[in-house]
Amino acid sequence: GLFGQIASLFATDEPITDELWDDLEALLIQADVGVETTMYLVNRTKDRCNRYGVKRAREARDMLKAEMVRVLQEQERRQPVNANPSIVLVVGVNGAGKTTLIAKLAYRLKNQFGKRVLLAAGDTFRAAATEQLETWAERVGVPVISRGQGADPGAVVYDAIEAVSGGDFDVLIIDTAGRLHAKTNLMLELQKLRNIIRRKFPDAPHEVLLVIDATTGQNGVLQAKSFLKAVDVTDVAVTKLDGTAKGGIAFAIAQDIERPIRYVGTGEKMTDLALFDAETFVESLFAQD
Amino acid sequence: MFESLSDRLQAVFQKLGGKGKLTEEDVREAMKQVRIALLEADVNLKVVREFVARVTEKAVGEEVTKSLTPAQQVIKIVHQELIDLLGQANVPLAEARPGPTIIMLIGLQGSGKTTTAAKLALWLRKKGKRPLLVAADIYRPAAITQLESLGRQLGIPVHSEGAQSRPPDIARNAVRRARDESITHVIIDTAGRLQIDEPLMVELEQINAAVEPVERLLVVDAMIGQEAVRVAEEFNRRVGLTGIIFTKIDGDARGGAALSVRAVTGVPIKFLGSGEKVEASTIEPFHPDRLASRILGMGDVLSLIERA
Ligand SMILES: Nc1nc2c(ncn2[C@@H]2O[C@H](COP(=O)(O)OP(=O)(O)OP(=O)(O)O)[C@@H](O)[C@H]2O)c(=O)[nH]1
Ligand SMILES: Nc1nc2c(ncn2[C@@H]2O[C@H](COP(=O)(O)OP(=O)(O)OP(=O)(O)O)[C@@H](O)[C@H]2O)c(=O)[nH]1
Ligand SMILES: [Mg+2]
Ligand SMILES: [Mg+2]
Repeated sequence: GLFGQIASLFATDEPITDELWDDLEALLIQADVGVETTMYLVNRTKDRCNRYGVKRAREARDMLKAEMVRVLQEQERRQPVNANPSIVLVVGVNGAGKTTLIAKLAYRLKNQFGKRVLLAAGDTFRAAATEQLETWAERVGVPVISRGQGADPGAVVYDAIEAVSGGDFDVLIIDTAGRLHAKTNLMLELQKLRNIIRRKFPDAPHEVLLVIDATTGQNGVLQAKSFLKAVDVTDVAVTKLDGTAKGGIAFAIAQDIERPIRYVGTGEKMTDLALFDAETFVESLFAQD
Repeated sequence: MFESLSDRLQAVFQKLGGKGKLTEEDVREAMKQVRIALLEADVNLKVVREFVARVTEKAVGEEVTKSLTPAQQVIKIVHQELIDLLGQANVPLAEARPGPTIIMLIGLQGSGKTTTAAKLALWLRKKGKRPLLVAADIYRPAAITQLESLGRQLGIPVHSEGAQSRPPDIARNAVRRARDESITHVIIDTAGRLQIDEPLMVELEQINAAVEPVERLLVVDAMIGQEAVRVAEEFNRRVGLTGIIFTKIDGDARGGAALSVRAVTGVPIKFLGSGEKVEASTIEPFHPDRLASRILGMGDVLSLIERA
């Protein structure tokens, strides 16, 4: 793998050369880290090596890792909001993995924390989106509010808000239709959904989760910026990390929108979820394979 | 965030004024900008390197014509080289004789296969053909319902056997049915899969062997990054791709991956898909020149060159 190549690049006691930095730059770009963030990482590492008189590749490696972790951690993890019910809005472009991630979250909340979870089928647009979420809900064993294809997503959200008002649920997770961030009207629709939630729960949604596919290239940065602007994304989830793509876009996103990455999706089953940890992530990127 | 490549080049060359020839240094300076812009458009790094070397070689020493500024001249060369990489002309969909023409859509999870299957079916019907959609994704929750629902919406028949049959059998039965019902095109929607998922890649080979589709089309999300090349190479190795369809081009992805995939595998891009509404038949045959302009981020490149 790519990052394995980075690891071997630095697994030597040879002196640091310009070529080493060029190779590093190339490998980061090939992992979708992006030109800007790559240059940032390379230059920071280079500077620190100079400053601390590091001369050997092996020592530079730890400097690089530290810089990578720092980019991912720069945004301090927000304290989880202690609300009951806690309302989570899940957003992202088409096919990113929103609905599957919701199933994974519901499974975790229910089985690991004993939470009473309600799902809302807010994607009333895509064919069989409701049936997909209903199938997952059944597998996880949680109820779902839906109105089927063609219904007003606002009405679904309204129903769900009513349903959690009675105190029967701890968490409400709202699925939304995939939308390309460049489509203004669809982004406005998300704001409308948020307004409906706020009529009853003014401090909600307590979490706005942006789902990004790990195979995404530099467009991921534009996605993150647009969704942040439209609905104040609070956290990011990176899905499909079980592929060979290393999700380098995560660095560019963390740097650009300063939101923590919270979850990673590693497969198509409801158990394929992990909490994001910057050090583990960077460590796994460096794993030799 | 991405200022357009043409703007960058113009800025680089503005400083040079009215030189008669492009020096190697001028060109190299400009190509640094080209390199960054291509990488930001998700063009594969190796492809970028070769590309930059080729353009540099062509542009150095080029006489500057009166009608073009040095910047325009380099843009013209870059644009032309991009078109060369993307393939000169549109490669049409193959037709099997005798029919039916069997088309298999494959790719990563969520790339747009099911939606594209429906769009392609509608596009064919508008051309007077009789398509049949085949639900061969037995894994994703409600995948079959999704295709059935799209078929119903468009009035196009769907062959499905539920999630109990094996995909190669479903495909074989669908082709048999197509012969009986004088169907002209069989479009097989397969489950999304990672190119490293061995059991599912084997399944793909089995479907391929069972019905021998003349078109094995890789459906790729236009927003994909550097991974595109590895994906395309592996699917190509397993089933021999005949074409590529890029989806979600209604967003603002630059689509550099399209360039890389074509350049590395040589497999032609056949269609571009846009929009989620299948009724609008938002699939169009691919034209290299338009994508070249898009990657360059300059809508005016064509008019610029036409003026030359
Ligand atoms: N390999 C892998 N596949 C995933 C992962 N998460 C989701 N998928 C698959 O990706 C595809 C799309 O997932 P969905 O959850 O439907 O994505 P979505 O964002 O809800 O899609 P839309 O609602 O159509 O915008 C499905 O085939 C999922 O099984 C993951 O972590 N790894
Ligand atoms: N904006 C836009 N959305 C698209 C396009 N093509 C597909 N989509 C959307 O992308 C998402 C995924 O599309 P699907 O057709 O379900 O993708 P798939 O490849 O069949 O997914 P899996 O079967 O889970 O692997 C859906 O939300 C579609 O509506 C397109 O060209 N433009
Ligand atoms: Mg969904
Ligand atoms: Mg599908």
